[in-house]
Amino acid sequence: MPTVRIKDHWREQRLFDQRALVCAALIGLATVALIVRLFLLQVTRHDYYAELSQGNRVRTEPIPAARGLIFDRHGEVIAGNQPAYQLELVPEEVPDVAKTLAALVALNLIRAEDVAEIQRTIESSRTFDSVPILLRMSDEDVARFAVRRFEFPGLDIKTRQTRWYPNGDVAVHALGYVGAISEQDLKHIDRAAYAGTALIGKLGVESTFERKLHGGNGFREVLVNAQGRSVERQGAFIPTNLRTKAPTAGDDLVLTIDLQVQRVAEAALAGHRGAVVALDPDNGDVLALVSLPGFDPTLFGRGITAAEYGRLQNDIDRPLFNRALHGTYPPGSTVKPVIALAGLTYHLVDPKAYRFCAGSYHLPGSSFIYREYHNEHHGEVDLDDAIVRSCDVYFYWLANEIGIDRISTFMAPFGFGKPTGIDIGGEKAGILPSREWKEKTFSRPADRVWFPGETVSFGIGQGYLTVTPIELAHYASILASRGHVWQPRLVSAWRDTGTGQVHAIAPVSEGEVSGVAAEDWQRIVQDMIGVTQRGTAAAIGAHAPYVFGGKTGTAQVYTVARNEKYNASAINERLRDHSWFIAFAPADSPRIALAVLEENGGAGASAAAPIARKVLDAYLLDADGKVKPRT
Amino acid sequence: MIYEEVTSGSRARRTLSGAARVLLELRIDGPLVVGLSLIAAYGLVVLYSASGQSLPTVLRTVARLVLGAIAMLLLARVNPNFLRRSTPWLYLGGCALLLVVAAIGHSGMGAQRWLDLGLFRFQPSELMKLAVPMMCAWYLQERPLPPTWAALAVLAALILVPVALVVVQPDLGTAALIAIAAALVIVLAGLRVRVMLAMLALGAAAAWFGWSFMHDYQRKRVLTFLNPQTDPLGAGYHIIQSQIAIGSGGVFGKGWMNGSQAQLEFLPERSTDFIFAVIGEEFGLAGLLLLLLLYAFVVARAIYLATQTQDTYARLLAGSIALTFFVYVFINAGMVTGLLPVVGVPLPLVSYGGSSVVTLLAGFGILMALYSRRKLVGS
Repeated sequence: MPTVRIKDHWREQRLFDQRALVCAALIGLATVALIVRLFLLQVTRHDYYAELSQGNRVRTEPIPAARGLIFDRHGEVIAGNQPAYQLELVPEEVPDVAKTLAALVALNLIRAEDVAEIQRTIESSRTFDSVPILLRMSDEDVARFAVRRFEFPGLDIKTRQTRWYPNGDVAVHALGYVGAISEQDLKHIDRAAYAGTALIGKLGVESTFERKLHGGNGFREVLVNAQGRSVERQGAFIPTNLRTKAPTAGDDLVLTIDLQVQRVAEAALAGHRGAVVALDPDNGDVLALVSLPGFDPTLFGRGITAAEYGRLQNDIDRPLFNRALHGTYPPGSTVKPVIALAGLTYHLVDPKAYRFCAGSYHLPGSSFIYREYHNEHHGEVDLDDAIVRSCDVYFYWLANEIGIDRISTFMAPFGFGKPTGIDIGGEKAGILPSREWKEKTFSRPADRVWFPGETVSFGIGQGYLTVTPIELAHYASILASRGHVWQPRLVSAWRDTGTGQVHAIAPVSEGEVSGVAAEDWQRIVQDMIGVTQRGTAAAIGAHAPYVFGGKTGTAQVYTVARNEKYNASAINERLRDHSWFIAFAPADSPRIALAVLEENGGAGASAAAPIARKVLDAYLLDADGKVKPRT
Repeated sequence: MIYEEVTSGSRARRTLSGAARVLLELRIDGPLVVGLSLIAAYGLVVLYSASGQSLPTVLRTVARLVLGAIAMLLLARVNPNFLRRSTPWLYLGGCALLLVVAAIGHSGMGAQRWLDLGLFRFQPSELMKLAVPMMCAWYLQERPLPPTWAALAVLAALILVPVALVVVQPDLGTAALIAIAAALVIVLAGLRVRVMLAMLALGAAAAWFGWSFMHDYQRKRVLTFLNPQTDPLGAGYHIIQSQIAIGSGGVFGKGWMNGSQAQLEFLPERSTDFIFAVIGEEFGLAGLLLLLLLYAFVVARAIYLATQTQDTYARLLAGSIALTFFVYVFINAGMVTGLLPVVGVPLPLVSYGGSSVVTLLAGFGILMALYSRRKLVGS
């Protein structure tokens, strides 16, 4: 029989008082222990510690490590280190601080409105400390000061290491940058390891591989006098056992980026907003990763001014936003190959059967009209024609035949709706809609049901479906390799600067897309070749010295009323359609697969496709315009 | 003459009883407030020296103290019954906020402890320093004491969920302090001695087990604690320099703003975690004894107030608040003097920075509320 215990308030009060008494006694004991300890330190061993404090004349100064270098796949430097110059002032050696500052203003080295601030800094520093009064001196500043140096006792130019990006803003969204250590950073770094540096990797490779790049600090013991001033000797005492430890430089990284391809891609997209991601379908190497507009990463390392940062943040084109990894857009017709593949794999479509395209489609029993892009009429089309000429009506029908469940199940292994797993952090995932997704996402019961009409627009990559440019490049790479899934990667090797050994990082395979017949892969590849030879992208495929597959896409930003005509010039530039192109080449054994996005570029064939062609040429052709042999 | 004596005496008495009435009306405990104020004032004097004569640092601390004092005054006026009723909601709300922080922190790919409310940043883990012991006291108030095994299991879950959420932030120090505050509630509730011993044994076993799984750098930290001389430039530097500072201070110290260890910056984190060593250097053993005396007075008074409350919830909570305050003092002083390993716990009301000042004073506000309404409780 279980015993029932009843609350006994008096007993509990007694119990509490007893416990409180014991705790008070323990507190007393702990206090006594502290006092005994203090007595030991301050009375018994006082002489010993007093002597130590007198002799405490050695200060440890950190020596920051050189940050690891970053190379492209051919060994060209993408990120290095460079000394930067700053003007420093030792207050006690300057006869008249105010006059000196005025003279510097006259020399155009400091601005008149900064003088008060600088003076405050000087006053709050110790008189023998070297106070930086001008960061980021240009070579011209240095020269101008150098010739007048004799007029400025107590002023000196000091150098410090800063990050240097020889290519400026090229590949900045893949690389990231180095900037001032923030409060947030301080919480998860070892402060001792960052003594003597004010910089830490932000975003991209610089941030994700911070541990490798940073290296280990060294230190140097210097003799100081009782006021903390660094001196050579103390009276008769000349130190002999001052220790020095050299820093160990950070490890170097080798990227998969091909700088030449990267530059071509950036030049081709220049002046527009958009992204280009090119992958090696054999291992997931990122050959180029472009997001435009970009920004100059050197700004942050040298100390960005508030005005410069504000300009970047408030720019309507959002240069700090990494479109390639974070931007989500409807993929438009670029999804047609995978929809077709789904139809073939589920045996729901006879590829040779013709359907008639009269420019519009409606679901059986519904009067809602789905229009063809630009109100085209394709006439009789089979599956191959539908891809080559990008017939919307065919794919409205096909998507409806396959049904949403099978489409989203089939597309998942192609990387839709989840991050690709690229080896730098902060990637965003697009959306692969399904019945479950809709039920989870929406709150209003009426919105939580999947409507047949939504499957129809899915067929041409509109509606809820969104992708990031890297997801779409990943998908192009899977099509190119006939089903092989690789995790995209930017870093292929690192070099231990201590031993000089290069350690390769193995590419990560995520297996293969299963269940698709070889002849179906072949048909889709053939159709995509058709796109570049006689289809929507025939203009850019012309005279290519290699055979390549591609698919155009046009993603709607602005919904045109059903009875209106889409008139690009009449619509605000920022509401114009996004232009997509995916491609891989050479078609029979692809060495490069890519996705190009031009925001508000209009039709895929006219804006994104020519950029893609330039990138393919840059990677595949040598100087004479011949296809380079495989390396 | 006689007339004068009578009036002056009665005027003094009138003034005193007037002050007592004000305190009563505010539901403030006079001796406790005096003790806390003396510690805070002492702290400000030391901080001016430790911060390298930085007036802005002192003023910022004054601002935090004022904020804490307001929190204390407001909380002291809250009806304990209301406090008790809202305890589970406070606890659940706190856990939810921790989850939100964890979620945001996860997507932000870095450590995150606070929520940005626009006007100010708010650390839910600070709230939990009070909410978790409150929840434990609330859970135990209607149950027979000492707690049964089943009750202990529930309490363990109540403590571990928020503690785990704080650990992943990652903020081990705060997580440990939350766990200690909650554990003190259970100890005060009469946790049996043999259970405590069993848990200590279990802890020792876990420590041994943990050692075999520790990373090298973690082992190094433990070894440095045991013998700081092994790493005089790295992790041992703090302990060595703080001991030199305290030891060289002697009985009466080197004088205010004259501590060479502190002023020449040999002593790291002199205005925050290691400010205890600055007192030792500049005011000597006498200065530290005075500080310890003030702390002992506050803790003793707080424990006394706790024993005077009249129901289980109030007793357990008030007792935990009083004891936790001493735990802070002991951990900090123990660390600075080399009795305990280096952990980032500030010296209460003296160290610069952190939102813990507000939490501490809020805790005392709650304690005063529990004490001052003792005659209303249960009516």
